[in-house]
Amino acid sequence: MLTEELVDLSRLQFAATALYHFLFVPLTLGLAFILVIMELTYVITDRPIYKDMTRFWGKLFGINFALGVTTGITMEFQFGTNWAYYSHYVGDIFGAPLAIEGLMAFFLESTFIGLFFFGWDRLNKWQHFMVTVLMAVGSNLSALWILIANGWMQDPVGAEFSFVTMRMEMTDFWAIVFNPTAQAKFVHTVSAGYVTASLFVLGISSYYLLKGRDLGFARRSFRIAAGFGFASALSVIVLGDESGYTVSESQQAKMAAIEAMWKTEPAPAAFTLFALPNEAAQRNDYELQIPYMLGLIGTRSVSETLPGIREIKEKNRARIESGMLAVVALEKIRKNRDDWDARSQFDLHKADLGFGLLLKKYTVDVSQATPEMIQQAVDSTIPRVAPLFWSFRLMVALGFAFLLLFSLALFYSIKGNFIEKKWLLRWALWFIPMPWIAAELGWVVAEYGRQPWTIYGVLPTHISVSNLTPANIYGSLAGFIGFYTVLLIVEMYLMTKYARQGPASLGTGKYHGEKAPSPSPIHSGGALPAGAPANRI
Amino acid sequence: MDYETLKLVWWLLIGVLLVGFAIMDGHDMGMGVLLPFVGKNDLERRAVINTVAPHWDGNQVWFITAGGAIFAAWPLVYATAFSGFYWAMMAALWALFFRPVGFDYRSKIQNPTWRSTWDWGLFIGGAVPPIIFGVAFGNLLLGVPFHFNDFLMSTYTGSFWALLNPFALLAGVVSLGMITTQGANYLMMRTEGDIYRRVRTASLLFSVLTFVTFALAGWWVATGIDGYAITSAIDPGGLPDPQNKTVAVATGAWMHNYAQYGWAMWVPITAFAALAASILFSRLHRAGVAFWSSSLACAGIIGTAGVSMFPFIMPSSSDPRSSLTVYDAASSHLTLGLMFGATVIFMPLIIFYTSWAYKVMWGKVTTEYIAANDKSVY
Repeated sequence: MLTEELVDLSRLQFAATALYHFLFVPLTLGLAFILVIMELTYVITDRPIYKDMTRFWGKLFGINFALGVTTGITMEFQFGTNWAYYSHYVGDIFGAPLAIEGLMAFFLESTFIGLFFFGWDRLNKWQHFMVTVLMAVGSNLSALWILIANGWMQDPVGAEFSFVTMRMEMTDFWAIVFNPTAQAKFVHTVSAGYVTASLFVLGISSYYLLKGRDLGFARRSFRIAAGFGFASALSVIVLGDESGYTVSESQQAKMAAIEAMWKTEPAPAAFTLFALPNEAAQRNDYELQIPYMLGLIGTRSVSETLPGIREIKEKNRARIESGMLAVVALEKIRKNRDDWDARSQFDLHKADLGFGLLLKKYTVDVSQATPEMIQQAVDSTIPRVAPLFWSFRLMVALGFAFLLLFSLALFYSIKGNFIEKKWLLRWALWFIPMPWIAAELGWVVAEYGRQPWTIYGVLPTHISVSNLTPANIYGSLAGFIGFYTVLLIVEMYLMTKYARQGPASLGTGKYHGEKAPSPSPIHSGGALPAGAPANRI
Repeated sequence: MDYETLKLVWWLLIGVLLVGFAIMDGHDMGMGVLLPFVGKNDLERRAVINTVAPHWDGNQVWFITAGGAIFAAWPLVYATAFSGFYWAMMAALWALFFRPVGFDYRSKIQNPTWRSTWDWGLFIGGAVPPIIFGVAFGNLLLGVPFHFNDFLMSTYTGSFWALLNPFALLAGVVSLGMITTQGANYLMMRTEGDIYRRVRTASLLFSVLTFVTFALAGWWVATGIDGYAITSAIDPGGLPDPQNKTVAVATGAWMHNYAQYGWAMWVPITAFAALAASILFSRLHRAGVAFWSSSLACAGIIGTAGVSMFPFIMPSSSDPRSSLTVYDAASSHLTLGLMFGATVIFMPLIIFYTSWAYKVMWGKVTTEYIAANDKSVY
């Protein structure tokens, strides 16, 4: 039995583990490229401080990466363990980018990360630099493929339902790869990762500057982070706008909920800056609007309208009623493949099959759905407004705050007096957690905003789950919470310890808190290949 | 390529990925199993860990990719097996948690309790997954209680404890033995002195164990276990439709393929011969050849399970006609073809750069080397 309790618990477990996984992903995506920039500076200028920078920020990268890998395995398992019907129903499409992600991206990233850490003494400068580049490319390619998969969940192009195999089947791979929703998501997500990493480096460097230690090291790191961060913050906003445009085409319900747009406004619609959405009355109790703005973002025109919640619901009601007939016909076909009446009936309504399946939440026998059930299903097609409205606005506000911070950081970097701007350094330090908050809010908007679907318009969340008992999920959820809490404490402890210690953790003897360089360590015969330098640097 | 051929190719490719996983991730998991026993102090343990330090992450991708490929090539198998074996999968997953953090965090703090905790974490991460995967294979050979409704939603009607039956546990021991042998043979190539002596002993012990338990399991399958056979006509190139066949449970059915195709016998023979070679070469101190022998044994053992069950992948004991086979659990023609293309392009590249990474890092890892590179190694 797919009870509501089972579905909610499965969703909770997925949301918790996915949001947790994404605590580690953005830093990996961005820091990898910052390491590339630092190491490139090293190979060009040959100044050891840039090598130390690459290695120190690389150490922090490694601490973060370990948990990214750990929590990433969960994601791969979980589609099968907890979302079995989903896996069957769309595995033909969804599985392919995941497998390609493994072949093309994970192997690259994971093989070269080993050489990044352990290959310093065994590779020449350029070879090692190439290793770092491949590691960064690999991690960003993995983001590309998983976001192609996720983009397809938001906007399922290039696939068709087959009643023989009882699943969606791929019809056009390139449509899935070049799905505008997926591409916009990819650039937006990786840019957000670059912002996260830039602020991480900027904030920790500011900490050293405020303490007046490791000045040369921190100053150089600060400058690189300011430049990279400025470009990234700009691109997050511009490309976020691009995802706004694609959202409005493929998922009007999400857009309408984000904007608390209860009814269709005359074009070009106003952007609601602030409002108190009232779910019960289906209106806003108070609102502050900027005229024309939303119409321009959402449609790139002054004459097209964006549908409001009421109009979307009415359209969906028609689709649910048609989808009901599709489900009934499909049930007959599944019993008897040669029921030609049912097959022609199915062909007529097949486009609305997903909407008919929404009724499965309220009744096993969809043909017996009452008008009340249909009404419930209609209402369920719009996600709840307030969480989306606020998550989105907070995310956007943070996005602009990052742009401002990086603009100032870059401006004073160019002027060369940022060390004197204590307020800027403090701002950067205390702002370190903010990109994470923005990124998590972004995922809430994307995934919660897609409800009640796992695959928009195709497969309702309710029937996507594995047929387990709630007790199973309570157990596994408790396990995840236990493991993840301990792991987070350990990770934060190590991260703080090494960030506080700073470049001295490399043991070069050149940095704050270290004694003079220690004598050359014992050379061990046979431990290293001929020609490899024995000392640590 | 036509649909039927692609379905067969993917059966083979999933096999290749699983064997790749056993060979590559197997040797660092085997390292984890042996770690607390072959390293007597911190420096020795670090020497052992650092033989795989630059490689374990890449190796683990064999596992991730095999999982992703099963998802893409056999979505129904992925859905049914992972949700049916829910607690076994959770246990494997949670055991795997100990690896990335164990490797990366262990030596970042100089505290004996901290370090020894992570050593045991690496032990769990090395021992539990192979046991569970072995147990899972054992249960596949026995048949698993699941059925589908008309919409192909699967329901598993067994319990976690029912998975832990004697035959499946034996399969778990075979798997653990195989992986530990693989780890021991790898460590023989990369260590010296006391550690080398201990891992060599382990190699001999575990290859004998694997040989004996594999023989025992084979005898059990031949004489004591009911296999499955398709009893209706099927269209191997048709659209996958798992309920459109009849299946009978028959004693000795898992031996049919060997009777029908004589060459199939070479698969188990390879497994036995390779295990014997592993014993021989590790006695002769030929670590490299021993490693390739045990790698071949992985292929032979996994291949034997696959060939015995072919064309079944996941037989259903409670509703045999719902059994999943190579022909009716596969993805669409387009997806299989596309993924085959991707594999043909990327697999040689992966093998190329993985080999290069091993070549760069090759050599014996000694305790002196660890002491001299305290801050930069694990």
